[in-house]
Amino acid sequence: MSAAIATEPLAGAPSGRPAGSRLFAAGAAAGHAAHLAAYGPVPRHGRDWSLAQELEASGLTGRGGAGFSAWRKFAAVDRARRPARYAGRAGRSVLIANGAEGEPLSFKDATLLHNAPHLVIDGLLAAAEALGAGSLFIYAGAARLPALAAALAERSDARHIALLEAPDAFVAGQSSAVVSFLETGRALPRDVAGRLADGGFQGRPTLVHNVETWAHIALVARYGAGWFRAEGTAEDPGTRLVSVTGDVPSEVVLEVPGGSRLDGVLASAGVAGDAVSAVLVGGYHGRWVRPSGVVLGGGGVPGGGPESGSVRPGAGVVHVLARGRCGLAATARMVEYLAGQSARQCGPCMFGLPALAGAMERLAAGRGGPELVREVGRLSGLVAGRGACHHPDGTVQLVGSALETFADDVRWHLAGQCQETGGAL
Amino acid sequence: MSVAGPAARLHIDWTMCDGRGLCTELLPEALTRDDWGYPLAAPGRVRARADASNVPLTGAELGAAVDAVKLCPLLALRITGP
Repeated sequence: MSAAIATEPLAGAPSGRPAGSRLFAAGAAAGHAAHLAAYGPVPRHGRDWSLAQELEASGLTGRGGAGFSAWRKFAAVDRARRPARYAGRAGRSVLIANGAEGEPLSFKDATLLHNAPHLVIDGLLAAAEALGAGSLFIYAGAARLPALAAALAERSDARHIALLEAPDAFVAGQSSAVVSFLETGRALPRDVAGRLADGGFQGRPTLVHNVETWAHIALVARYGAGWFRAEGTAEDPGTRLVSVTGDVPSEVVLEVPGGSRLDGVLASAGVAGDAVSAVLVGGYHGRWVRPSGVVLGGGGVPGGGPESGSVRPGAGVVHVLARGRCGLAATARMVEYLAGQSARQCGPCMFGLPALAGAMERLAAGRGGPELVREVGRLSGLVAGRGACHHPDGTVQLVGSALETFADDVRWHLAGQCQETGGAL
Repeated sequence: MSVAGPAARLHIDWTMCDGRGLCTELLPEALTRDDWGYPLAAPGRVRARADASNVPLTGAELGAAVDAVKLCPLLALRITGP
């Protein structure tokens, strides 16, 4: 994927700190010198400064999909780790920057790793110092590794960070799958009895964050929580990267403040509002919404669905479906793909997702009556919550949002017509 | 299910479970089987999504649940706190 960057001008950046884009302030494919010129050296903090406190005050949430509080994950590892004097390097905590980006519609992590690898490295190093971490990894697809290796070689403080090649699979970026990959070489989600903080890689306290989350951590470590909160809203502070894809003039990564209006994001990507039928927010595990009046944000707000006027950005995907294209057909193809991406470990996912894909395919083709909608609901109930990872849950969310957003189209399809494409099925 | 909440939960490790069905025989009140033979929490037991993999049990079911954990040929079950 090309690494196009287009960023919103951001207001309110204090002088001496990057104005405009936060994450791409050092420019395209920034080397270490350009990185330091843009961001300055990591400051020496006083004894009363703590990264944990800054992260808590910043309100930063994970940018990989789940939107969990970055501070809570950090604090859980901090509690679980043993003091360094009691643990050798092999017993100390493990930090992993996850750039697997298995979501097919997302390319913001690839763009970040290509253009700002040193921010990700800085984030890892800042946390490693605070947590006394023993092992640091960056996990990313094969295409990302040469540039990352070059970035690591540019600096003397990052030689101990190891690169791991992530398999190209949808579930390979799931955090327990990342740990499985480290231990077994196979990126399969596992049944997690406790949190990875209490026993991840080799039973060690393990902190897995998306690469963009690490980049924000690097900036919070440099400039503090107050600076971070100067963009975005109280509920969704800071900025985030979004991959704008689908029926757009050109696919682009934007850096937008938390709480941005979805129609504004589309306009920034050059998408005319009246050309849009619906937008899939968050990727294949996300939700379909009609963009008007919807705010992109609330990363940490549980159940922030379209009814509340905000939609969780998930993995930061904004996928546009143009007018004249059938949302049910698009969804059916996605569910078919997701069924094929089951790790085939958990029965309800292995059998349930293909059954769900079949029902959605019949709905898209208009083959069936009202019982088909009930069957989609029943199968969704059979797979939800019944897997080691959230692959079935994410698929059910996609399907549920399609039935809601395209409710009129469902009625037309059951009558053998498609309103959007304007013909008989 | 008692009004006081579950006495314990039966955790199902889906990566191990093969749908042999022994647990559904031992715990007929708590578990049925889905379309493909995998254990399915009985209607009314799932209040939150997490309950589908951590099935609430009454105190009276604990003995049978312990048997199910011991007898599961795939070691897919575990009793956890309420």
